[in-house]
Amino acid sequence: MALTLTRSSSRLRGSSAYSYSRPRRSITLTVLLGFLLIYSVLPLTWLLFGITKDQPDLISSFGLWFGEDFSLFDNLAEVFTYDGGIFTRWFLNTIVYVVVGAGGATLLATAGGYGLAKFRFRGRNAVFAVVLGAIAVPGTALAVPTFLLFSQLGLTNTMWAIILPSLVSPFGLYLMWVFAAEAVPTELLEAARVDGASELRTFFTISLRLLVPGIVTVALFAIVATWNNYFLPLIMLNDPNLFPLTLGLYRWLADASGVGAQPVFHLVITGAFLTIVPIVITFLVLQRYWQSGLSAGSVKQ
Amino acid sequence: MSALPPATRPRPGGRLTARVSRAGAGFVTPFLIAFALVFIAPLAYSLYLSLFRNQLVGGTQFVGLDNYAAVFVDPKFWDGALRVMLFLAVQVPIMLAIALVAALAIDSGRLHGRRLFRIGLFLPYAVPGVVAAMMWGFMYSDRIGLTGSLNDLAGFDLLAPYAKHWLLVSIGNIVTWEFVGYNMLILYSALKNVPTETYEAAAIDGADQFRIVRHIKLPAVRGALVIATVFSIIGSFQLFNEPQILKGLVPNLISTSYTPNIYAYTLSFQGNQVSYAATVAIVMGVITAGIAYLVQLRGMRRDS
Repeated sequence: MALTLTRSSSRLRGSSAYSYSRPRRSITLTVLLGFLLIYSVLPLTWLLFGITKDQPDLISSFGLWFGEDFSLFDNLAEVFTYDGGIFTRWFLNTIVYVVVGAGGATLLATAGGYGLAKFRFRGRNAVFAVVLGAIAVPGTALAVPTFLLFSQLGLTNTMWAIILPSLVSPFGLYLMWVFAAEAVPTELLEAARVDGASELRTFFTISLRLLVPGIVTVALFAIVATWNNYFLPLIMLNDPNLFPLTLGLYRWLADASGVGAQPVFHLVITGAFLTIVPIVITFLVLQRYWQSGLSAGSVKQ
Repeated sequence: MSALPPATRPRPGGRLTARVSRAGAGFVTPFLIAFALVFIAPLAYSLYLSLFRNQLVGGTQFVGLDNYAAVFVDPKFWDGALRVMLFLAVQVPIMLAIALVAALAIDSGRLHGRRLFRIGLFLPYAVPGVVAAMMWGFMYSDRIGLTGSLNDLAGFDLLAPYAKHWLLVSIGNIVTWEFVGYNMLILYSALKNVPTETYEAAAIDGADQFRIVRHIKLPAVRGALVIATVFSIIGSFQLFNEPQILKGLVPNLISTSYTPNIYAYTLSFQGNQVSYAATVAIVMGVITAGIAYLVQLRGMRRDS
C-alpha cells in the first residue's frame, strides 16, 4: 500500500505552482474559505484568551474576550510551581522522549531507507513487503500487546517503555527509501567505490548531505508523533515523574474534574498552551519542508 | 502493485559485489532489530496470549480459539465496533470533502492571502490530540466554554455537545478539526504535481475552470485521496484519545466499551483480562487492515 505516494512525496524540490495565466483573485472564494480558517483558529484563540484568566474569570467571563483580571503571569508562575514544580519535569521528560525517540527513529529510518534504496541484498523484497504491511497496522492496536510484552520484560514504568516503540517508524523508512532512491545518484556511489572509499565513509561524506531535506521531513513527523504521544505513556507509566506533558496535563485535568477535586482549570489551560508552543514554532520554522510535498505521516495516534 | 524503488544493480562477480551487498544489509539491520522488538514480538506475543484465558480461579488456561469466538458474540465489542464504523461512514467523507475543497481553492490561486490559509488550516495538525480534545472539551462545557454563552444568547439550549445523541458528533468535530489541514496538504501536494503544460493545453482548448477541475484536477488527486482515506480509516478505528479526554472532563459520559480501543484498554487495565484484551486488539487490527486494504484495492482499480 501507500505506493501512490511515490509521485507526490518524492518531488521535494517542489514543482512550482503553474503560471500559465495569473487567475483573478476571488473575494467570494476567500470569504468562503475564511470561515474554514476561523474554524481552524477558533480553539487556539479561545486558548489565548483563556491563559489570561484565573479560575473565577474562566467561569464568569465570555470565552473569546479577556476576564476582569489579567492573570497571565500569575498563571505561568503557578504552572511552574504547582505540585512541587512537576510541570518542568514533564517538559524535560518530553524533550528526552523527543530527542532520543524521534532522533533515533530518524537515524534508523535514514540508514534503513538508504540501504534499501541503494543496495541490493538478499531479503530486500521481504523487508519491503513487511514494512508496507506494518504501515497498515494500527498503532494503538499494537500498544496493548506492546504493554503486555514489556511488562513481562520489566520495561513498563521506565523511560524505555516510551523510547523503544518511538524508535520505529515504518512510514519514515518508506519516505526515506523513496527519497534516497532519487536524491543520491547511483553513479556517485559507484565512483566512490572505484576510488576505494568504504560504504560507511561514502554515506557520511557524500550521501548524508544529499539526504538532508528528506531527513528533516522524517524528523519533523517523528517529532510531532513523539511530542503528541499520549496513549503509549498512558498505558506504560505509573510514576508521574516519568510523564510527558500530554499525560501530565491529563492528570491535572482528571484531578480537577474528579470527586472532591481541586479546580485547576486555569493551570490545565496554561499548561496546554505551553505544550503546543514549541511544536507550533518548530512547524513554522520548518515550513519549507512540510509545505513542499512530503506531507503524509503515520501520525494519527 | 507497482515496482519497487530502483536499487543499485551491482556488476556481476567479484568481492566488491559481496562487500557492497553486506554493507546494504548493514544499513538496514538496526531498523530491523528495533522493528522486531516493537512490532513483530508484541504481535507474536499477543497472538500467543489470545489462546489462553485468565481466570480468578484456576489461573491461566489454554483455550484455543475460544476467545475469538467470544469476541464475535460480545455485545460490548460490537457496541464499540459499530460506533466507530458509523463514525467512519459520516466523519471521514465530511472531513475529506472539506479538505478537498480547501486544497482546490488554494491550488486555484484565486485566494487572497494564500500563504495564510495554508499555514492557518494546517496549524491544528501540530496541536497534540490531547490538547485539541481538552480545548474543545472546555469549549463544549456549559460553565467555562462557549456553549453556555451561545445558549444564553439564543435563550434556549441551542447546543448540547454532551447530550447522549450529540456526543459522537462532538467527537467527530474534534477529529475533523485536527485532521482537515493535514489531509488538505496531502491533496494539495498531489495537485501541485500536475505538470504546467497540462493546464496550458487545457486553456488553449478553451476549457473553463469547472472542466479543468473535473477532468484534470480530480483525477490527479485520486491516488492521494485513496491514501488519505486509508489513513482516516485506520485513525477512526483507533479512536481513543478524544473520548478518553472527554471522559476526564465529564465523568460517566463515556462507557467502558465506547470504542473497541477503550474496551481493550479497560479490559487489560481494569479488568485484568489480558488474554481477552489481546484478542480484541487483534480482531480490531485485522478488521482495520482488511477494510483499509479493500478501499485501497477499489481506489486503485478505478485508476486503470
